[in-house]
Amino acid sequence: MAKIIVVTSGKGGVGKTTSAAAISTGLALRGKKTVVIDFDVGLRNLDLIMGCERRVVYDLVNVIQGEAGLNQALIRDKRVENLFILPASQTRDKDALTQEGVEDVLTKLKEEFDYILCDSPAGIERGAQLAMYFADEAVVVTNPEVSSVRDSDRILGLLASKTRRAERSEDPIKEHLLVTRYNPERVTSGDMLTLDDIREILAIDLLGLIPESEAVLRASNQGVPVTHDAASDAGQAYTDTVSRLLGEDVPLRFHEAQKKGILTRMFGGSRR
Amino acid sequence: MKLMEFLKRERKKSASVAKERLQIIVAHQRSQRGQPDYMPMLERELLEVIRRYVHVDDDAIQISLDSEDNCSVLELNVTLPKS
Repeated sequence: MAKIIVVTSGKGGVGKTTSAAAISTGLALRGKKTVVIDFDVGLRNLDLIMGCERRVVYDLVNVIQGEAGLNQALIRDKRVENLFILPASQTRDKDALTQEGVEDVLTKLKEEFDYILCDSPAGIERGAQLAMYFADEAVVVTNPEVSSVRDSDRILGLLASKTRRAERSEDPIKEHLLVTRYNPERVTSGDMLTLDDIREILAIDLLGLIPESEAVLRASNQGVPVTHDAASDAGQAYTDTVSRLLGEDVPLRFHEAQKKGILTRMFGGSRR
Repeated sequence: MKLMEFLKRERKKSASVAKERLQIIVAHQRSQRGQPDYMPMLERELLEVIRRYVHVDDDAIQISLDSEDNCSVLELNVTLPKS
């Protein structure tokens, strides 16, 4: 049975799309047939991060409005087998999405895929609520920063009330915390919320920790999800995250500041 | 002496300020979770009605809705000033 996972956060710019791209890539690399859907109608970006922007012909709204078939709109990833992208519309407004339409698309995708990732738009409006409505699990992307943590808490409130599982009083959505842009050095100096602070405030299970990394911008520049950069800290951290999503027990990495050697102190050094 | 005091003074780290502020705001957000959407409006209008008779501050009113088995209880607490 396919699992529907929403990648959400409330606040914008915290790394939802980066995470949705990286996690879906990781799942496909592990042999899971995966589709990642961009719910950000009007401001699509997942296609850019996945590097398939020039192959977009039809989108989610076309499918919902019956202007294209689902298989016409799905884009096959060029790097990994088993990975597909369903882009958002660039021109339509967000009211083009209907709950029935989304349900219909998800029901069809469920027959073919193991994992369906929904990349939510920022905010708590209709688009974000539709992205989470049918979810079985949620990845709540949070930065170690006050407004992001507060918004994540708001999203947790919505997950617990405005979703199908909540409305039908079924088992609640499984909520996972994904902390991104974590900078252990700033945590050590006392200028950044610690991982434990965030966990204590939000009180949900930790799925992963992604360090602030130059590899993320490099990956988005090239349109290659950072999971493919297996030498980078962020790439490895997302691979760990995917393993935990699959139920494996993987120790946490990249949460402690590296002791700097004399050479790095003298010549400077950057995180790969 | 002044210099020593300055050096010894423990500056409160910004991350711990952030944590304290978040704990307060998140506790407040959670207390409102699951309430019907009309609650803030109801609270405001009730306050207006009370103010026609007594002058009370914004924070003098506390309102909560508790659900029990087959009924909901709306609890209203108003602190009136000493007359």
